[in-house]
This record gives sequence, structure tokens and C-alpha cells, in this order.
Amino acid sequence: MATAPQQMRKPKETGVPDNNKQYMHPTLVKNHGNWKYHDRPRPGVLHHVAHSGDEVWTVRAGTQRQMDVYTIRKLCDIGDQYAEGHVRFTIRSNIEFMVSEEKKVAPLIEALEKSGFPVGGTGNSVSMMAHTQGWLHCDIPGTDASGVVKALMDELYDEFKREEMPNRVHMSTSCCEINCGGQADIAVIVQYTKPPKINHDLVANVCERPAVVARCPVAAIRPALVNGKPSLEIDEKKCMCCGACYPPCPPMQINDPEHTKLAIWVGGKNSNARGRPTFMKMVASGLPNNPPRWPEVATVVKKILHVYKEDARSWERLSDWIERIGWPRFFEKTGLTFTKYLIDDWRGSRANLNASTHIRF
Amino acid sequence: MAKKPHDTPNLDELESGPWPSFVTGLKRLAQDKDSVVDLLGHLEHSYATKKGYWKGGTVGVYGYGGGIIPRFTEIKDENGKPVFPEAAEFHTLRVMPPAGMHYSTAVLRKLSDIWERHGSGLIAFHGQSGDIMFQGATTENVQKAFDEINEAGFDLGGAGPALRTSMSCVGAARCEQSCYDEGKAHRMVINSFLDDIHRPALPYKFKFKFSGCPNDCMNSIQRSDLAVIGTWRDNIRTDEPLAKKWFAKHGMNELVNDVVAHCPTRAIQLKEIKDVRKDATVSSVALSDTHALEIDNRDCVRCMHCINVMTGALAPGVDKGATILCGGKRTLKIGDQMGTVVVPFQPLKTEEDYEQIVELGQKIIDFFAENALEHERTGEMIERIGLANFLEGIGLDVDANMVKSPRSNPYVRTDGWDEEVAKIKAKKAAA
Repeated sequence: MATAPQQMRKPKETGVPDNNKQYMHPTLVKNHGNWKYHDRPRPGVLHHVAHSGDEVWTVRAGTQRQMDVYTIRKLCDIGDQYAEGHVRFTIRSNIEFMVSEEKKVAPLIEALEKSGFPVGGTGNSVSMMAHTQGWLHCDIPGTDASGVVKALMDELYDEFKREEMPNRVHMSTSCCEINCGGQADIAVIVQYTKPPKINHDLVANVCERPAVVARCPVAAIRPALVNGKPSLEIDEKKCMCCGACYPPCPPMQINDPEHTKLAIWVGGKNSNARGRPTFMKMVASGLPNNPPRWPEVATVVKKILHVYKEDARSWERLSDWIERIGWPRFFEKTGLTFTKYLIDDWRGSRANLNASTHIRF
Repeated sequence: MAKKPHDTPNLDELESGPWPSFVTGLKRLAQDKDSVVDLLGHLEHSYATKKGYWKGGTVGVYGYGGGIIPRFTEIKDENGKPVFPEAAEFHTLRVMPPAGMHYSTAVLRKLSDIWERHGSGLIAFHGQSGDIMFQGATTENVQKAFDEINEAGFDLGGAGPALRTSMSCVGAARCEQSCYDEGKAHRMVINSFLDDIHRPALPYKFKFKFSGCPNDCMNSIQRSDLAVIGTWRDNIRTDEPLAKKWFAKHGMNELVNDVVAHCPTRAIQLKEIKDVRKDATVSSVALSDTHALEIDNRDCVRCMHCINVMTGALAPGVDKGATILCGGKRTLKIGDQMGTVVVPFQPLKTEEDYEQIVELGQKIIDFFAENALEHERTGEMIERIGLANFLEGIGLDVDANMVKSPRSNPYVRTDGWDEEVAKIKAKKAAA
């Protein structure tokens, strides 16, 4: 960029907008740091009461996250006509409209639902899935993200709009094992099943070989001369098919239409409520990567959700429920099969073994 | 304009069903934008062949080294020409959101208009790091779009081995559980390190996240290198009218099973009013004429459960601040890491208190820049060198709140023991 012509505009390094208050709803500005309590008059609606006596109602609606400008303008029209011109987004891509009068809530809900935006995602519901970019825009995806989420949220639509789960359910999807979707009560994550196929013609030109060697968690990659060209080779006995070598070296082709599978993980949470935050655990794998609607994944996810809803006590998060009933009963009730692949053998794995006689019969 | 649409039988399936459809939105854009016509063709090709076809590259804006995610198509014909030429360049601008992700409809319309002029019209609110993602500009238009977005008061976020865009919860703006001004901390910290965002020069990515209470709605503990999570040191506050209202509605079974039984440290007990302890560290509140809740705040770990269930009746204390944890990340390379405590309690009331987070951030980023291996996150670095060495490097004192338990193996050289004990005692005496 050193040779950029003089007329180039210099960026204004303004960072995070410091005029947040011009975007924030006035009642929120006025009562900043001074809220007393909230309740939920109905699913999808939060009612916050400030120490000043001021009240604000928030109506939450699901979006497709990947929005065209027409959808955004539609939401703005609703925000101007039925709300008060100020919105915010949640971490799960739900949009929230704040209003200072209760009488505005019902018409706002009606306008949103009429335009196809489901109102819900509050309290003990199944909220919108955190998701990533996938085939739409990622350079290393094993599957799509928006499509998986659309397919699953179609099936979980009613659970988004109700608050009938024992506790909140956060879900995520990730299109490779990096897991950009993050920890969740239920997560759908790509699981590769075969070592990468190496395009030896390209490695020397495209990849910084020592960096690729260093990326491998199990030291299965080493430099090699193949057909007289500098390339890389993989010890396929060591390789556990994580795909870590693929981002720094695209000729290490990990994606495959048949052998890229999907795994289901459960019991992750970030909140400190009750127990400490937990990592999710893999409970099923080998599900086919089956666009456009991934029905096999939906079947497993719905089964887990159904059993949890029926069996967990109120306020038990998915991880709390499993902690009470134990893993054998989780597999029994969900009809999933516990296999040797689910026994941890990564570093620190012995901490995940049962070093006790605590067994539920 | 208005190139003929490609057949998209797979994507068409995603137009049915009740959830809002991104495909329907893309088709609406495709009526005016040839780039989206070809984007739909590109995506349909992925659905049909079950593979991705974008590659990265180098695209930027003048003055910055990061913040643009370049995407070039890899779907080429036998002559090496793009099969979907109008979407052959489909770059993303990562733009930092306002703290708490508040917007006026006016600014959303303004951003939409800019992106309609210079890009595809496809915007994600938001990416997993919190960026507004303006997806789909040609290399030529990236600068034009950025100039207008920048003039509208927004700045590019992070990409590559750099400080990344941050997120903060709704917090003090609307939540009674907020323990500090999340937006203030978010802006102060991130805007102190803009050079590290815009000119990637760190060993790997570094993320801050700001959650106002231990419910951690920003998922900061596992998604950030430095998680600032609100908490409090004094007693849980109580409100008798709201407690009685809750009890009248929910009754004894729910009180016992949903509140008392879920307390992870058994700090909360149901008592007859006559038996409630009077003690400076006990919070209590009457639920009826006969019964009360009693909380021993010394045993409470500030998990939030009882406060979540009985919002308003129970509330965080007033001596507020944050616990700061370092090293959260996801799988690659060494496996999942939660952030772990490096500052058990940072008061967050005065301007100086907030500046201390910036100072701590600076120390940790500097240490990370000097000591992490290439492509190593803070969590991996700490695992490699040990927490004690990391703390020494950034000048923080050890604290028993940083561990779940002391070590359970003897593999440590302890010939400095007496000296350490003397040092810690002298420091305590001086305090």
C-alpha cells in the first residue's frame, strides 16, 4: 500500500462507535445502570422495570441472520411504524424492538409475525442457532451453515415461540472442526473421517511447509519429496482427520462429499449458573452431510430435545439433566449408541474416565 | 442488470417452512444484482457437489492491513474462466458493531443504502466475533464501501493474527443483573488497541469479550482470550415485596426444588423466620409470614441461579466489578480451553478502575506478542509455560481463586518456598 496514490482517503480510526447513545432507545439511556427487575408477560416479550419506575417492553424476533437489505428495511419499517425507532440484536441474531408503552406490544407482535418474523427466543425456549458462514462464504467449509440452520429452525419453530423447555436451549452449528459456532447445549459440527488427499503439484507453491507441519496436533505431517517436488506427507496411522492442516495449505484437501460427516455434541454451556461452565461432549457421529435439509441431523437433534423436554426437571440445563441421570441413561433414552470413539484419548483424557464406583443401576 | 437466474433446485427447498429464509432474501437481491444471481449459482453448485469453492487472497483498504475477508471463486471452466463471473470476487468487510449492538432504524437504513450501492446487499447481523459482515463486494468496490461506512461512524474490525472485534452484552442499558458498564469497558479497551486491530502483527488472534454478570451472555469464558465477567463482592440484595409476590405465585415446591436445591454450594437455605441468622454476611428475605430465605454470602460463588429464578426478589450486591479470565478458545490446536481466573475481582466504579483493564490488556497483549509461538493462542501459551510463569510475566500475584485445587502431583521444584512465603506475607503486611 506504500505506493498508494495521493488521492486515497485516509481511514478515520474511530473504533467502536462512541456515539452508542444515539442508537440506544431513550428509555434505556435514561435508566442506564438503574434497572430493578424484569418479567416475561409472554414468550418473546421482556418487561423491564427501572428503579425510577420507568418501564420498557422488548419484543424479540428471529431473523435469518444473513439478511438482504430488503429484509433489513422491512424490519426498520416495522421498527418505525410499530415500535420507537430503536432496535438491537442479540448474540444469536435475534432482533429486539424496545417500546415504552405496553399497548404497543400486541400490534408490534402482529406486524412482525405477519411479515414472517417469529416472535420468541426468550426464557426457556430453543433460541436461534449460533452459526457460521459455510459454503456461502467460508474458504474451508465442510458443509453449509445458513441452510442447516434454516432446516433445523423450521423444525424447531414452535419451540422457539414457546417457553416450554426445562431451561434455555442454546444451539450451534459449525462447518469444520475449528467450531466457530462455539459451545452449546446441542451442537452440530463437521467431523472428517478420512485423512486429507494431498495435491502434490500445488504444495510447494501454495504452502509454507514448516507452518503446516507445526499445525498438526498429532505430528502426523512431515516434509517429503514427491515426484521430485517438495511436498508434504501424512502418517495416516497417526492422522485423526481434524483438518487443521487444510486452512494453511488448501492442497491438503480434507473436504470430501462422502467422507465429511456430521457429529452431534451436547451439554456445553457458558453460563456459571448452578455448575461451572461446561464443554459439550460428542454423542453421535457419522451422520451424512445431506443438503439441502440434512434430515438425519434433524432427527437426532429433535430426539435429544424431546427426551430432555420430557425428562429434565425445571431449570435443569441439558448438562444438569445428564449429570443427574448419568451418561448410560442418556444414551438409553435417546436411542444413541455409545461407541469406543466417544472415549476420550486426547491429553488430559483420564479426567473424563470414571474413577469411582459411582454407577447408576 | 437482471441476469437470468440459474436453476437452484436444492436452494429452492430452503424457501419453504416457517423460519425466515435467507434464500428468499438472496433471490430478492438477485432481481437487481447480477452478483447475487451468480452467488446463488455458486452456492447451488456447493449444495449439488457437497464442497466449498471460495479461496482467500489479499484485499484491503488504504491505511489498514486487515478487516477485509477476500473471497475469490474456485469454480472455473476448462479455460480457467469463472463459471459464475459476477460473483468471482465476493469479499466481506468486517465492521465493528456499537457496544451492546444497539442501532437506530435510521443508521440501519443508511448502512443498507451504502451496501446496496457498493456491494451485493447481503449483510449478516452479526458474525461470531460480533462483526457486522457486509458480504459481497468486488475488489474495486471494497474501498468505496469502506469509505462510506467509515464516514457513517463505523470502523473495520479485526481479521488474521490481530486483535479482533469485541462484543458486550445489553448489560446496564436494560438488565438488572449488570455489574458494570459493559459498553464503557468495551469501547475503552478496544479503542485503546486499534493499531493491533487494523495492522495485524500478533502471533495469532486475540479477543476480548465483555459480559455484565456470570450468566456470561457473550460466551466470553470460552470465546475470548480476555473475558471480563461482571460480579460483586458484598451481599446479595433482597426485596421483600417482590419475594413475597414470587412465593405467592410459585409456592413451596418450586421454591425448594427450583431455587434452594439448585444452589451449587448450598449457600441458600429455607428457614422459619424466627430461626434466620443475623450476621453481616447473611442476606435474608421473608417469603411469607412464617418462612424466609437465608443466604450465607461467604459460601455463595455468585453463580446467578437463584437471582435468575427470582429476579428482583434477589439481586447482585452493590460492591460491583468483574472477574477477569484469560485463555479461552475452541478446539484447534490443543483442544478446548476455558478462560481461567487471572484477576478474581477488579472493581469497576471509577474511571481509574476501567483504565486498569486497559493496562492489564496492554500487559497481556505485549507478553503474548513476545512469548507466544506463531499461531498459538493465549490459552495454549499458558498451557505451555504454566500459569505461574504467565502471572509473573504480566506482574500479577498468585491467588487461590485461580485454581480449582492445589496441585495433585509432586513434580515441582520447591527450594524457593520459604522465600515465596516471606514475600507474600510481607506484601500482605504492607497492604
